[in-house]
Amino acid sequence: MSAIWQHRLAERGVDRRLWLLLPATIFVLLLFIYPFLYGLSLSFQPMQGGGVLANYDKFFSDAYQRDTIATTLKIALPAALLNVLAAVPIAFRLRGRFRGKRLLTTILVVPITLGTVLTAQGLLNYLGPTGWLNRVLLSLHIVDNPIRLTNNYWGVFFSLVITGFPFAFLLVLSYLSGIDPTLERAAATLGASRAQRFRRITLPLLAPGLATTFLLTFVLAFSVFPSAVLVGNPAGSTRVISLAAYQAAYEQYDYSYASAIAMVMGAVELVVVAIVLLWRSRLYTGSTGGKG
Amino acid sequence: MTGFDQLRLEGVSRRFGTADALSGLDLTIERGEFIALLGPSGCGKSTALNCLAGLLPLTAGAIWQDDQRIDTLPPEKRGFGMVFQNYALFPHLTVRDNIAFGLRMRHLPKDDVRRRTTEAIETVQLTEHASKLPGQLSGGQQQRVAIARATVLEPSLVLMDEPLSNLDAKLRLEMRTEIRRLHQSLGLTTVYVTHDQEEALSMADRLVVMRQGKVQQIGTPEEVHTKPSTWHVADFMGYRNLLPLKASQMNGDQVTVDLGGTAIRGSAQGAVAPGDDVIAAVRPEDVKLADQGVKGLIEVVEYQGRERAVEVVLDDDVRLHVRTERRVEAGEQVALTVTPGRLLVYPS
Repeated sequence: MSAIWQHRLAERGVDRRLWLLLPATIFVLLLFIYPFLYGLSLSFQPMQGGGVLANYDKFFSDAYQRDTIATTLKIALPAALLNVLAAVPIAFRLRGRFRGKRLLTTILVVPITLGTVLTAQGLLNYLGPTGWLNRVLLSLHIVDNPIRLTNNYWGVFFSLVITGFPFAFLLVLSYLSGIDPTLERAAATLGASRAQRFRRITLPLLAPGLATTFLLTFVLAFSVFPSAVLVGNPAGSTRVISLAAYQAAYEQYDYSYASAIAMVMGAVELVVVAIVLLWRSRLYTGSTGGKG
Repeated sequence: MTGFDQLRLEGVSRRFGTADALSGLDLTIERGEFIALLGPSGCGKSTALNCLAGLLPLTAGAIWQDDQRIDTLPPEKRGFGMVFQNYALFPHLTVRDNIAFGLRMRHLPKDDVRRRTTEAIETVQLTEHASKLPGQLSGGQQQRVAIARATVLEPSLVLMDEPLSNLDAKLRLEMRTEIRRLHQSLGLTTVYVTHDQEEALSMADRLVVMRQGKVQQIGTPEEVHTKPSTWHVADFMGYRNLLPLKASQMNGDQVTVDLGGTAIRGSAQGAVAPGDDVIAAVRPEDVKLADQGVKGLIEVVEYQGRERAVEVVLDDDVRLHVRTERRVEAGEQVALTVTPGRLLVYPS
């Protein structure tokens, strides 16, 4: 009897090796599930009273708060899209083997190691009102007044591209090298031009990977906080949703309200993720024949 | 079909770094011919095929299709069909869409595309699998899709790169016949790359035997099989006995060699003079166990169904591979004779 049960359980993947999952399960429970549930329940206990949904009511009825959603989306969506779109041609060019590939890849990946603050510092030095770019433009009389590229929307946008692009590039490169190059050669012998090969063969096989890459860079960009303060305009055009949550928590000390804002933030992200995954599920996601 | 009468390869060469993968391939392919490029791995046969397809630029030489020079054209402009070793089916497209791909790239009318695709699917007997993805098919079925995809365009030339090497032995025999049948019924000109001499012999009208990037011999299967031009070709064509011996006597193209103390006559292939070191080549099936002849001791016996493959050591330590229907055992003393005219003597 016990032997039969063991076989049956083993068939479904239940055996003693399952215990190996324990550390990760505890980790996820303690550091993710518990704080999330705690925050969720906190958001339903408003400090000023007024019912379970008072915090959410407060957020959505105040245009100054409500608009942070649109502000954040306006920064995060284009930045994530640009990161993915810029990564494709570069990864396409770099997927083969050639001399100096490692050096080039390293240079492209360096921004990940810099951190947001250093990037912001660099942006201010380079693109600020008295930065190199403006001084060159002024001395060449191309512009009469410094162009404003920092402490506004563009500062945050550049910062997100600089830090997000390397992620996108590395991911796209690995997805692309997972596609068997013989497929394109086969398409060529069947009369497909370079553009047709990309559109009919490479792109459809790459699209699921692009969707995943877009989501990852989007989620990173959506929770933008340091650069929104350092190179943005945190009182106006770059008052992002994480900033609203920060102010609620650490300027007004209303943790309950801050939790509600955090929940709204998560919900918006989930909506975008769901839409993209829905689109992705309609694509071919099987083997792409390559080594990847 | 935009057919050609002749396809000429003139000194086609390809170099990778400092290594010559293919040097000076001269070959004229007539319309409707089935040509096999044959050789061990790394001999340059796949390189030659990729050069023909346009997937590899040449380092020297030219390819002429009648009066038109085509080696500068990209693959999509050549109109040759190609079957890849790993099939290279588009994994995201159904069998039908895979086969229709080339027709669609040509912007043919929808009805034409549908009709020709359906015909091609019927030809390779995949009708009930037409709407499956390649991942759902067996190796043999994928192979047939690859062939249909390459031939539905009725290309002036079909290139096949070891298309059967990923199939099991039984399926390989079936597909061999099928490819030959397709070649005949569609009147396709075919260049077929393989390292399997049996496959090449059974399918091709002409063989091109290659070694280290160079052509060793071009000829009909029979020519290459019975009169290999060098001992390397002989080695590749199943002459398992390659014996380093000394030529003792010449009489026209008849040369006498000393095998285990017995004088044996063979036919000279190339410049051989008495006293030269030579290599004598003979197939295992042309060495017979007899009552008298060259004396030897049986060392290994392999049972192979109707026959036994036997390794015999002669008195002077020369080893001979022999095939026999007789029941023999290791340790037995035997005498051997060579079928007259079947011993080929090459300069070493």
